[in-house]
Amino acid sequence: MRSSTGTKWFARLFMGGLLLTLSMGALGESSVIPGSKAAGLDSCVAPTAEMRRYHMLYLTHDRNATVREGRRDIKNSLAECVDCHAAKDEQGGYLPVNADGQFCESCHNYTAVNVTCFQCHRKIPGEEHSHPGSLTGGSENGAGQTFGLLLDAGKAPSLTPEEYKRLHAIVGRED
Amino acid sequence: MKKLHYSELWCSSPRYWGGLAALAFVILIGLGAAFYMEHNGHMVTGMSNQIVWGLPHVFAIFLIIAASGALNVASIGSVFGGPLYKPLGRFSGLLAIALLAGGLVVLLLDLGRPDRLIIAMTHYNFKSIFAWNIILYTGFFTIVGLYLWAMMDRKGIQYYKVMGFAAFFWRLALTTGTGSIFGFLVAREAYDAAVLAPMFIIMSFSYGLAFFIITLMSAYWWASRELGDLRLVKLKNLLGVFVGAVFYFTLVYHLTNLYITQHHGIENFILLDGGVYTAAFWIGQILIGTIVPLFMLYSPAFEKNRFAIAIASVFVLVGGFFQLYVIIIGGQAYPMTLFPGKEVVASSFLDGVVASYTPSIPEFLLGLGGIAVAMTLVAVGSRMLKVLPESLEDPEDECV
Amino acid sequence: MSKQSDQPDMKRREFINKTVLAAGVATVAPGVLLAIAKAGGPGTGASSDVRWGMLVDTNKCADDCTACVDACNKENGIDLMNRPDGQSEAMWNAQRPQWIRKVKLKDRQTGEITNLPMMCQHCEFPPCVDVCPTGASFKRADGIVMVDRHICIGCRYCMMACPYKARSFIHSNVEHQTERAPRGKGCVESCNLCVHRIDYGGTTTACQDACEKDGHQAILFGDLKDPDSALSKALKQKSSRQIRADLELNTGVRYTNV
Repeated sequence: MRSSTGTKWFARLFMGGLLLTLSMGALGESSVIPGSKAAGLDSCVAPTAEMRRYHMLYLTHDRNATVREGRRDIKNSLAECVDCHAAKDEQGGYLPVNADGQFCESCHNYTAVNVTCFQCHRKIPGEEHSHPGSLTGGSENGAGQTFGLLLDAGKAPSLTPEEYKRLHAIVGRED
Repeated sequence: MKKLHYSELWCSSPRYWGGLAALAFVILIGLGAAFYMEHNGHMVTGMSNQIVWGLPHVFAIFLIIAASGALNVASIGSVFGGPLYKPLGRFSGLLAIALLAGGLVVLLLDLGRPDRLIIAMTHYNFKSIFAWNIILYTGFFTIVGLYLWAMMDRKGIQYYKVMGFAAFFWRLALTTGTGSIFGFLVAREAYDAAVLAPMFIIMSFSYGLAFFIITLMSAYWWASRELGDLRLVKLKNLLGVFVGAVFYFTLVYHLTNLYITQHHGIENFILLDGGVYTAAFWIGQILIGTIVPLFMLYSPAFEKNRFAIAIASVFVLVGGFFQLYVIIIGGQAYPMTLFPGKEVVASSFLDGVVASYTPSIPEFLLGLGGIAVAMTLVAVGSRMLKVLPESLEDPEDECV
Repeated sequence: MSKQSDQPDMKRREFINKTVLAAGVATVAPGVLLAIAKAGGPGTGASSDVRWGMLVDTNKCADDCTACVDACNKENGIDLMNRPDGQSEAMWNAQRPQWIRKVKLKDRQTGEITNLPMMCQHCEFPPCVDVCPTGASFKRADGIVMVDRHICIGCRYCMMACPYKARSFIHSNVEHQTERAPRGKGCVESCNLCVHRIDYGGTTTACQDACEKDGHQAILFGDLKDPDSALSKALKQKSSRQIRADLELNTGVRYTNV
């Protein structure tokens, strides 16, 4: 048919190209919120592209390991994600990590995938971390504020080699 | 016998579309109620940690039981070789599918997390009778669908007998499974009885046939078609037998419990001082659901009186509803005996006291929505498919 | 594209058929693969060498004391839940989650008063696990019976089945949770023997700690399979029984003097 010329064809091409360009913008920019601990890091648990693509798989696999098998020494703890990615508001209090404009929604709004994790899981970093095995400080009495991965939002991140190895997930590696 | 001619149910457009609009309105309200319950959580209902299954479950189980019973008429035609029932087979299959769909809609919308339906259909714990029921329900749709095809399509006629038997045994399994949901529970005194499974089977016969009679009469009145006395009398006599059988099973269930000292408490509760549950049992189930219908179905004064048959069927359904209310909610309201010989003086979790339950409006609307879904499917199905014979007048060579 | 005949173009139909079929397979296949891939690997964590249990000495359980209940509520974030606006106190009491509760009994014949805490009994043959349609209610290798709330659909059948009425359903949206005890609307939960402590090497539950602190020492938690644990020794010394022992569920929680 003679569909490779004509106004309609050009219009379709233009709209398609426009949508593609707009979406490139969304895909390209970072979802990390300035002011959160993760803003100071390039990537931590895994390279950013891997995290974007596989974070749900990591979480699904590890939730079974934690809940059903009782294994707590897993690499990908949801609580630690929240610790790192929750941003603070002007008063210094934490904003829920899945609130509008925050970390989860910045991608999930675009992908139109509902994030139901935080219907049950805590949305802001906890004041006390009562389990000694976690990276997030393990201060039983809540003395001082534990900031999760970083001790201070302003300082450059530093992880010991063990911590880095522990957190650095590799796709497909069974542990 | 004269050759039967099936045709789509035809009535005047305003009547049909008006009826559908009314049903759609009820469905919409039901969906709204379900959304309200899901969005705010079950705190807006009367259910609690004491009464965990409420009015929606009564409606849902009522419709599910009636669904398998509605298929009875088709089974009598194909499995038991009753020639007068054979023309009713197609409508019976349609009604069965519609009632089951309505019941499942209510059941699924009352889940705490209806968004996890896919999980329910992909993760199975095969020791759970509930999981088996999910398989039985979905299989029921498939088998009755194939059965309908075998009845309606010339190419399928060769499978008619096979599908008839398959559907018959599948629905027995389904209703046994539904009864076993309660019968398998050791925890509560009102359940934990093997007789609950066959009792649910006979209840399904009764409610299903009552639904069938009502919808058949309504359909034929709607479309101004002829429905002969002979078939109607046969159906009503059969309904009377089933109502009597349900009464027999109820009698056996209660007599057994009355004999067992351990169960005297629950019997006292249901039969004497359970308040609303005692009233529901004696007035709802026994009086309205058994005595009055039996009288109206068998008394010579009402022979061939269509109005009496219709009213009797409605009363059977009302009585059945109350029967399920007593079983499901009364069974939960009565406290479990954790400490035999001891009386609970204080507990924050309402141990040892009869739990109170007030049905809320959203629950009731959801249940009504389920019934409306079933009726809509019947209406649309009868109009689009050739399931109802043009005329069900009495054949000349048979006498009543 | 010129039409030689007036018959429908079968190539077009075949193309559409094949595309739809491929799309259907592509949609269903990941679900099938996920189901197969859930084989799980070896690892540490809960082991069947251990069976967690508890002994409650009802003689030591004090009248009008709710230390264990308060401690459990605080430990598991239950105290972060509030009565919804406009709801009656009675309804809130009937709907709020209660993992442990105090029960006061009086013997009908002798009038003797007994106090005890009642919680999930962590049966060896749990009826709640048998009836759960999705397998969300499960028994861990170390004997702790709990709910995997990622796959709980909120059908409440386990609540019907539990002989001890141990389970609670969450009836409203939950805004605040602790990290160690996620909680959300629409799922069922119950006492998990402080599994968030146990998994990190803890040896006591919150209720036991509170009871000790208050000086009653009525609750003793430990490993039933370890003959040297305080719990096993106490069970050997004292005569204990299961609640509703006739159901033969072999509960992990035992009671004395009731």
